[in-house]
Amino acid sequence: MPEITRDEVAHLADLARIDLDDAELDHLAPQLNVILEAVASIQGVAGDDVAATSHPIPMTNVFREDVVEPGLTPAEALSGAPEVEDQRFSVPRILGEEQ
Amino acid sequence: MSGVIRKTAAELADALATGEVTSVELTQAHLDRIAAVDGSADAGVHAFLHVDAEGALEQAAASDARRAAGQPLHALDGVPIAVKDVLATKGMPTTCGSKILEGWLPPYDATVVAKLRAAGLPILGKTNMDEFAMGSSTEHSAYGPTRNPWDLDRIPGGSGGGSAAAVAAFEAPLAIGTDTGGSIRQPGAVTGTVGVKPTYGSISRYGLVALANSLDQAGPVTRTVLDSALLHELIGGHDPKDSTSVRTPVTGLVDAAREGAAGDLSGLKVGVITELSGEGWQPGVMSRFQESVDLLAKLGAEVVEVSCPSFVHAMAAYYLILPAECSSNLAKFDAMRYGLRVTPPGSPSAEDVMKATRDAGFGDEVKRRIILGTYALSSGYYDAYYGQAQKIRTLIIDDFKAAYDKVDVLVSPTAPTTAFKLGEKLDDPLAMYLNDLATIPANLAGVPGISIPAGLAPEDGLPVGFQVLAPVLEDARLYRVGAALESALTQQWGGPLVAPEVAR
Amino acid sequence: MTETLVPFDEVLESYDPALGLEVHVELNTATKMFCGCPTEFGAEPNSQVCPTCLGLPGAMPVVNGKAVESAIRIGLALNCEIAEWCRFARKNYFYPDMPKNFQTSQYDEPIAFDGYLDVEVDGETYRVEIERAHMEEDTGKSLHVGGATGRIHGADYSLVDYNRAGIPLIEIVTKPILGTGAKAPLVAKAYVAALREILKGLGVSDVKMEQGSMRCDVNLSLAPRGTEVLGTRTETKNVNSLRSVERAVRFEMSRHAGVLNAGGKILQETRHFHEDTGTTSPGREKSDAEDYRYFPEPDLVPIAPSREWVEELRATLPEPPAVRRARLQAEWGFSDLEMRDTVGAGALTLVEETVAAGAAPQAARKWWLSELARRANDTGVSIDELGVTPQQVAEVQKLVDAGTINDKLARQVFEGLYAGEGSPAEIVEKRGLAVVSDEGALSAAVDSAIAANPDVADKIRDGKVAAAGALIGAVMKEMRGQADAGRVRELILEKLA
Ligand SMILES: [Mg+2]
Ligand SMILES: [Zn+2]
Repeated sequence: MPEITRDEVAHLADLARIDLDDAELDHLAPQLNVILEAVASIQGVAGDDVAATSHPIPMTNVFREDVVEPGLTPAEALSGAPEVEDQRFSVPRILGEEQ
Repeated sequence: MSGVIRKTAAELADALATGEVTSVELTQAHLDRIAAVDGSADAGVHAFLHVDAEGALEQAAASDARRAAGQPLHALDGVPIAVKDVLATKGMPTTCGSKILEGWLPPYDATVVAKLRAAGLPILGKTNMDEFAMGSSTEHSAYGPTRNPWDLDRIPGGSGGGSAAAVAAFEAPLAIGTDTGGSIRQPGAVTGTVGVKPTYGSISRYGLVALANSLDQAGPVTRTVLDSALLHELIGGHDPKDSTSVRTPVTGLVDAAREGAAGDLSGLKVGVITELSGEGWQPGVMSRFQESVDLLAKLGAEVVEVSCPSFVHAMAAYYLILPAECSSNLAKFDAMRYGLRVTPPGSPSAEDVMKATRDAGFGDEVKRRIILGTYALSSGYYDAYYGQAQKIRTLIIDDFKAAYDKVDVLVSPTAPTTAFKLGEKLDDPLAMYLNDLATIPANLAGVPGISIPAGLAPEDGLPVGFQVLAPVLEDARLYRVGAALESALTQQWGGPLVAPEVAR
Repeated sequence: MTETLVPFDEVLESYDPALGLEVHVELNTATKMFCGCPTEFGAEPNSQVCPTCLGLPGAMPVVNGKAVESAIRIGLALNCEIAEWCRFARKNYFYPDMPKNFQTSQYDEPIAFDGYLDVEVDGETYRVEIERAHMEEDTGKSLHVGGATGRIHGADYSLVDYNRAGIPLIEIVTKPILGTGAKAPLVAKAYVAALREILKGLGVSDVKMEQGSMRCDVNLSLAPRGTEVLGTRTETKNVNSLRSVERAVRFEMSRHAGVLNAGGKILQETRHFHEDTGTTSPGREKSDAEDYRYFPEPDLVPIAPSREWVEELRATLPEPPAVRRARLQAEWGFSDLEMRDTVGAGALTLVEETVAAGAAPQAARKWWLSELARRANDTGVSIDELGVTPQQVAEVQKLVDAGTINDKLARQVFEGLYAGEGSPAEIVEKRGLAVVSDEGALSAAVDSAIAANPDVADKIRDGKVAAAGALIGAVMKEMRGQADAGRVRELILEKLA
């Protein structure tokens, strides 16, 4: 059961796009370890013979007809936008690239 | 306190039908009550984050017009309701108790809300909750806590403390809550109200801002079992917009409640869950629980003990599955399309703005769980955590199946303790998590559960909740048993429990 | 940094290339993958969105059954196994054009897997093994404002349109393609061409590379000659024409060899292909450890296609390309070489449709493989996106057969078609290209040609008929090409008999 180090928390926060300051990191790291210790108990409880459940009520093949349904007007779509230009969502410059 | 707000929803429906009262009158009466007791973040019950007096009265007037024309849309047409702020309401603020959604006006209605509107229930407003439904005390709301009408220094439970307190304080006859690990039942328990978590998939999740998609379920928050049944049937049913929605129609609940109220449980087998009692369980909670179990036996039920050995792992599994799913669900709150946008100085990139916004917009508990979930899903740990937790889920489902081979319903106290003091467990996540010990297994397995008031704990005079769990899609059993116990208890008490703070 | 490029032939002396192709295909369903929004191209910004594809809080996805059907048909056409049971998964990463900040895709449970596609290059057949074909959703589109116009780097800010977000995509991934040696660039091109042919035949996508409805990522690595060890690969993104696929492979092979020969290391990274220069430039560094935190999409239920359904869909598949080629070759009486060239030029369907429109097979082949192939090559546009339809080509040939125009004039008619001047007939009309059949005008032109070239005329009178060519040329020149050369020759010989 690996401890989460402060650096690891910083890395996770980065993955999760949360700008945690040092105080928050100091506060969070120990709490996470307490929680992880508590949840670690389940390791090894269920063996390979146990199937995983992702849905409590098993269902398959739920499909929609390929028929157009009314959506939002551009005005509705943009109504919550922090910034709009030319009927588009205006966002700050993008660093990364599409994956 | 005006008489009309003391009535149950069923009584109000009758009063509306006979013309004894108009929807405008009783909607106004509840708005007055809200104005009198709800107060603010700093004082009062603070069950509401947003009150829509104007809208509610308009809908009430429209309802009265329909009644006058002899064309009510539903038995509850005109009975006002409060909605947990986690459900999208078109044109009405929907914050999920978070700063990151402050001021967001959804351009669409959740299916549950659409059903309420289609049935003509005036929507009084949106109720307070732990941020994104993460918590058991409503103290994690970014807009200040809700206070328990039984003792304003105590928590109303969570995450749906607002809906439970609103109903307990007679600010609304009905409310909608959502239950991911107990957020309807545990607040019901600590506020002396009735709360139902229906079978997973039997109430549409479309428009319910997801915490943990495979656990979330909306349900009724009321003062009586019958009222829950009426509301449950209204909001239930298949929704093509929710791929996990089951097709079985949601019916027979009101009948089951009426049947149960007659008080005959002969032929019913009740299983007391061994694992949900003992150390850490408040004596007063256990004594009230035992009292109710004995009552069930008196009503003709056969009571046996049933062991569900895997339940001891439920909390651990829950606190891996939930953070994992929510870390992904909450990624959409990134300041690009809606909600808060915090722009740090200089010429920040979109990435900088996302990070700054999510740091400023999310509270501690939300950050904790996002980080925890991000960790649990990371390639190196997926199998050890999320994968393993999903297997525990299978074991818990098997425990339920085995138990229901022996008994018709399972029972336990809803929560290990009565309402604790505000702030008491705020910075001790684990202690906070323990409140949901008894409610979590139902969410992991998708089975339905109800919490009904079982009286007051002798040591602190605070409400205790009695939980009944039924097999998947057997929600009707909750109502039969719940109504039977409710009528037996209220007879014993000489009337329903009423929160003292609001009796004034 | 400047990279020394190793000449292509030298690369092969010391290295074996390993190819990998990832193709994203936009399906032509009426609605998006998980919502009922329309998918039309070029609608006004943010006019084809709903709470679901905009990622609004609370909204939920519902799978488009038609998209699943198309995915299965694609899998079957590529000789894949179809999963008995599979799921969607969330691929978690933050990007502004992705409304939920995760892409709903498939991870370790693709709907189709373990297939192959045989492609022909210079008469040799290469079997390209398909690892998987899976379903996912497209992203929105960003407009980058300021800085170097249109480019993401150095832009001041971006404007996002989510109309494209949620459009169904099928991602088709090959296993490493080995042993192609010098043919690597051609095999890559042939694979993409063959894939397009199949997808077009299935009618599941309009496979327009220029419009981005078919996007190709080219993975390439070099291994020291004769060894099995795969080298570090680069992933050249969005290579959007057949020609570019070939050029991208060619360039990366030369570049990799240059780096390796200099004792350098290939960085595992994405590369951008530049149509203008045919070169690539570095993009994002990419590590295998990239952590997308995949997990099964909890808002969707598993897909378990019944075997009955799969067989029903198999029955709807069009004739396999190889079978079809053999049939058409027989029908048209093409030689193996003619057939190979036609296929190689990606003109098989075009010729077929031209013949269907009434042209003789040889004539149809002639136009597509000469005039139109040249045009495609010059403009770097793939041959079926020239804006010239098989029907038009057949109409041109009809005009030739009718003697209204000759082959030389026909080329001018095509000029008109490129320029969008209307139907071939209209172009002949507008440009006044019709062959002059007015005998008077013709014989007048012949007379003046004879008068202008007395010595040539004498030769012909003396029986040196071959010399007539010079006079014919003179007449055609005078008639601005608009004469039937055969008739002119007859007239000359009559007059000088
Ligand atoms: Mg992909
Ligand atoms: Zn949509």
